[in-house]
Amino acid sequence: MDKKSIEHVAMLARLRLSDGEIESLESELNRILGYAEQLSELETDLVEPLAHPSDLTNALRDDLTRPSVPREEIQSNSPKSDGEFYLVPAVLGNANELKK
Amino acid sequence: MSDPAFELIVGLEVHVQLQTQSKLFCGCSTKFGSEPNTQTCPLCTGMPGTLPVLNREALMLSIKTGIALNCEIARFSKWDRKNYFYPDLPKGYQISQFDLPICGPGYLEISDPKGEFKTKKIRLIRAHLEEDAGKSVHDEVSGSADTKIDLNRTGTPLLEIVSEPDIRSPQEAKAYLTELKLLLGYLNVSDCNMQEGSLRVDANVNLHIESNGEKIATPIVEVKNLNSFRAVERALQYESERQFSNWKSDGFTIDDRPKQTVGWNDSEQKTIPQREKEESADYRYFPDPDLVPVVIDGTTIDTIKDTMAELPSAIRNRLESEYQILPYDSDVMVNQGREFVEYFEAVAKESSEGKVASNWMQQNVLQIMKDREMGIEAFPIASHRLANLIKKLTAGELDNSRAKDVFQVLLEKDLDPAVVMKELGIEAVDDSALESICEELLAMNPQVVEDFQAGKKQAIGSLIGQAKKKNPNANPGKVRELLIAIIEKKL
Repeated sequence: MDKKSIEHVAMLARLRLSDGEIESLESELNRILGYAEQLSELETDLVEPLAHPSDLTNALRDDLTRPSVPREEIQSNSPKSDGEFYLVPAVLGNANELKK
Repeated sequence: MSDPAFELIVGLEVHVQLQTQSKLFCGCSTKFGSEPNTQTCPLCTGMPGTLPVLNREALMLSIKTGIALNCEIARFSKWDRKNYFYPDLPKGYQISQFDLPICGPGYLEISDPKGEFKTKKIRLIRAHLEEDAGKSVHDEVSGSADTKIDLNRTGTPLLEIVSEPDIRSPQEAKAYLTELKLLLGYLNVSDCNMQEGSLRVDANVNLHIESNGEKIATPIVEVKNLNSFRAVERALQYESERQFSNWKSDGFTIDDRPKQTVGWNDSEQKTIPQREKEESADYRYFPDPDLVPVVIDGTTIDTIKDTMAELPSAIRNRLESEYQILPYDSDVMVNQGREFVEYFEAVAKESSEGKVASNWMQQNVLQIMKDREMGIEAFPIASHRLANLIKKLTAGELDNSRAKDVFQVLLEKDLDPAVVMKELGIEAVDDSALESICEELLAMNPQVVEDFQAGKKQAIGSLIGQAKKKNPNANPGKVRELLIAIIEKKL
């Protein structure tokens, strides 16, 4: 991981990092990745890919509706709403603004 | 120098909203048009600690669609998270399918009843099940105001059907979408209402240009915001012209430019570059640990197959061979939906007159449905009554124009055509009576005879009107035949 790829991942995660943070993350992340890298030493060619750690399949429910949560109640979780809609900063603005 | 030849290359991604009562992973209603944010719960608003559980019906509808689209149905399918940040996606990821979709490769056959292109198979890459996002309402006037978010749609089941780039013209794209929509309607899988967003189309477009013996591909453009089939046709036409003229001026090929996303602006009739949601769409797919895989066995597939009714392409072929009607006619009727076809078949069987029944369906029945803005299920004439009328018509008991009179009465009264004919005083005129009327008319109108003999065939028309006045039941066709026969005998 170099500075550039850390900036890219931070942008995808919508994290604003200072230069100092990027610097310390660089060595930290590389240590973590190096640790995980040990796994690549294993011979996995004959191992079937695992889609899920559990053996369960087909956990299904019937197509039945259940009451939803009242709007006031669910919207109390949000920082801003107008009683009908959630309100968020205009998303038509430039996504690049989030970078800096 | 003339411009080099080029070919339009199009692949379509169609998102279809499946007709379920509840959402894909929770029990909230999928009903359209409710008050904003009244159909949500902790799960579909992405609260921590919730666990999604797959809707069985959504899975079954996906398999059914896959079978109808000739797809390989996966025996093992799983769920993946597609990560991106957008306010209408509260979890920060969409549950979708990455490498093991429910429906694998398949195809949809398209044809043009007008014969503008040859019947062809549009290959499908896959069809996968995923959850829908919410809806953002942008205040475009002030620009700086908040964006409003409605999460009612969040978690509604969508099937994304992805075609190979096998489409070569706007007409083929329209035919593909029309056939797909018809099929989905026959399957009762989706209502395909484009205004309500039940069917959404994205198009991947570029050109293959033949230049100096080389084949050059222009950069691929993904067109979004296509809100009608007509918009798809126009956007493709527009992109075709735009990409060609761009290539002529800048020479860029697929190797010089990454895929670009544009939106179709219907009022300006052009495509407009869109800001990217993420730089180079880095979705970081990974398996969703909250959902266990889906195993689909042969019995399930066979059971679904057994319950599937006949599909449009099969119905067209059968109507053509069973009732000796033309592809154009079967196409018009099949496009009206299953109930219309069933009504036609009932009339055709009962009257044993497939061709005449087909004509009556397409002309008189469809006209009334259009005028009264009704579906065939509300059409007032029972199929056996119409069949009886057609039998009498083909037996020569009444002519076409009188049959239409009876038809008009049948629309208002639930009566047997024989009764209506009696009420209207319609009875077959025997040939000798008709002949004497014709003789009489010819004797009274020597000028007409002279004109006819001089080659003015249409002169005879006036006598047909007079014959009808003498006896309203006189069949105009027969009168014409008789008049000509008598004149020619006299020669």
